[in-house]
Amino acid sequence: MSIKSTTRLLFIFSICLFYRTSNAQLKDELGAIHGNFQIDAANYQRDTIIGTPELEGKTFRYNAFGNINYQKGGFSAGVRFESYNPPMLGFLDGYKGSGVPYRFARYQHKDIDITVGNFYEQFGSGITLRAYENRGLLYDNALDGMRVIFTPKKGIVLKGLVGKQRTYFSLSEGVVRGVDGEVNLMELFDSILGKSKTKVILGGSFVSKYQQDQSPTLVLPENVGNSAGRLTIIRGGFNFNAEYAYKINDPSYENKNSYKEGQAIIASTSYGTDGFSIMLSGKMIDNMSFKSNRDMQTPTINLINYQPDFSKFHTYSLMAYYPYATQPNGEVGGTGEIQYKFKKGTLLGGKYGMDITINGSSYYALDTTGLNQSQDSIRHLKYSTNYGNVGEKYYHDFNIEITKKLSKKLKITLMYANQFFNQSLVRFGTPNKEEHPDVSSHIGVLDITWRYKTGSSIRFETQGFFGEYDYKEHKYDANGDKNITSNTGSWISGLIEWTPTTHWSITVADQYNYNNPVEIKRVHYYFGMIGYTNGPTRVSISYGRQREGVFCAGGVCRQVPSSSGLTLSISSSF
Amino acid sequence: MKKLLILSSAIILSLSAFTTGDGDKIPSANVKKLDGSATNSNTFKNDGKPMIISFWATWCKPCKKELDAINEEYAELVKETGVKLIAISIDDARSSGKVVTDVKVKGWTYEVYIDENQDFKRAMNVNNVPHTFLVNGDGEIVWSHNSYAEGDEEKLFENVRKLAKGEKLAH
Repeated sequence: MSIKSTTRLLFIFSICLFYRTSNAQLKDELGAIHGNFQIDAANYQRDTIIGTPELEGKTFRYNAFGNINYQKGGFSAGVRFESYNPPMLGFLDGYKGSGVPYRFARYQHKDIDITVGNFYEQFGSGITLRAYENRGLLYDNALDGMRVIFTPKKGIVLKGLVGKQRTYFSLSEGVVRGVDGEVNLMELFDSILGKSKTKVILGGSFVSKYQQDQSPTLVLPENVGNSAGRLTIIRGGFNFNAEYAYKINDPSYENKNSYKEGQAIIASTSYGTDGFSIMLSGKMIDNMSFKSNRDMQTPTINLINYQPDFSKFHTYSLMAYYPYATQPNGEVGGTGEIQYKFKKGTLLGGKYGMDITINGSSYYALDTTGLNQSQDSIRHLKYSTNYGNVGEKYYHDFNIEITKKLSKKLKITLMYANQFFNQSLVRFGTPNKEEHPDVSSHIGVLDITWRYKTGSSIRFETQGFFGEYDYKEHKYDANGDKNITSNTGSWISGLIEWTPTTHWSITVADQYNYNNPVEIKRVHYYFGMIGYTNGPTRVSISYGRQREGVFCAGGVCRQVPSSSGLTLSISSSF
Repeated sequence: MKKLLILSSAIILSLSAFTTGDGDKIPSANVKKLDGSATNSNTFKNDGKPMIISFWATWCKPCKKELDAINEEYAELVKETGVKLIAISIDDARSSGKVVTDVKVKGWTYEVYIDENQDFKRAMNVNNVPHTFLVNGDGEIVWSHNSYAEGDEEKLFENVRKLAKGEKLAH
């Protein structure tokens, strides 16, 4: 950001500030102004050992955004300024630049809710439509257009929208149109069913995208429809959710121009009571990637829908060393979880109780048969799916977590996981297992918090990632070095976080790749951070090497890219 | 590097002037109850008593630590001040199914809503979770705090007690 634009930004904030401190009565009449902002800036250093990318003189990088919102009664409006010049390492270069990619005006009155400009929305589980933002990941596919939410009667919600998707600082080529309806039977038939303990909610959605066919060789569908129906049943602690979706043929870069239809079935059920819960979810998704630009190659850009992922979202960094995400062209699998709380005063519960969580996931490729040209000359399906079976394994994760408070001052968490990760298919999209071997791993975590006086604590955390890789023998490259690209061996890590007062936190950490098969890659990822929090404002300065992943420190969890250097982070709201 | 310094000092200077929660009402946004029914944040009420609004997620350890720490004193605090805690889960489709089981197993008696589309999070200008707000008896947001450090709940309890007595909060 140049000094000029910084000044401009400060000027805008000063006006808001002046307005906010002005006469309260005036404000009641004129409405409220609020906002927030976050700036993450880094000065990177070249680090050939951990392999930071070539920076070409652009060692100073930042991601910044600021929202200003206005609200008076049912009317609200807002803008977001964003600047990435250039974006920090690990984020898409397409975001380079500054601008106002988000602005909206919204009016809500009784049964009607109208938004013009940008908006976020989700239909059901998101399998037909999800316009979503995650600022930490710099994922933003807001729609720019118009949305109407109409509640004609208690228990009925109807939504209609049309718009183009955000694509960096411009808009997608394709147009997205969608409708969604949801009926809460107990609320709708209040007089007959109002007293029923069982709640039943039915929903349906239809989303269509339009993109011109400009292909010289293929005849492409210009309008592609994706529809879904869903059901929710809730009774006491029991919860059941299911959704089925069907998408017509939608050849794209992602599915290698297959004209096959897409299908998905997603279901989850859970039961919870005081101190005990069980959850099971399963899904089968086939060819449901749905993008507003069929030629888009970047996986996270122009996605209209979201293919739900139920695998455990790990926040301990080595547990998330090989994070899994739903495979865009299809998968089958499920996740289950049991939580149990040993009550205070029981044998295992002791004086303060003990929590235990057991979680397991398994995901597989679909069992498909490739179709050859002669079989497939008319419909161009490319493959057929054998729904009764599963294909190659993508991922599994079985983990157990125990949390116990030992005394008023001491709390301990122990966690173990066994994971399997099919690197070649899931991360690199190639069957080449020699270069990208499958990984089986045992991961352990010990996390101790010692609250030595009110408002002051020390947290100690240690983790170990012990990986076993297929294909241990590798080829040698031209220099005679062992050519191992995706085998990083095992890791151990340690972290100490000192919170002398509730405002300050000081963290030092090290992650050590102690038995990387390539000796010079046996490196330490040291890291230090000082954080300051006051009310809604948080400032932190950190220095060191950072592996990519979810990182939690100083009480906040955020997604961070891999880097080496000095980082400053400021966020606040007003 | 120079730019970084200018930028940070400018921002810190401007920040020092900001305060939160200067008495505005809770903005209106669509959220879901745990029984799946749709509702709006403008229905949050506590009969003239203070309210705590806490943004959390099932994957956020500090959030759960904070809510657990509050839970240990919650029953007493409710008796003493009449406070109500409203927990807003920002879990998206990946984990929103876990909200209800987490709440049950933890034995939290808070009023819990799911903000799956993050409408309310945006309306309240929340950057990261946990983020906790205090609302006074007149329904005005008067205090907020981002992140959680062990012991932060003590300050929150103190502020709730002040609000219950009708005192003003210092920032």
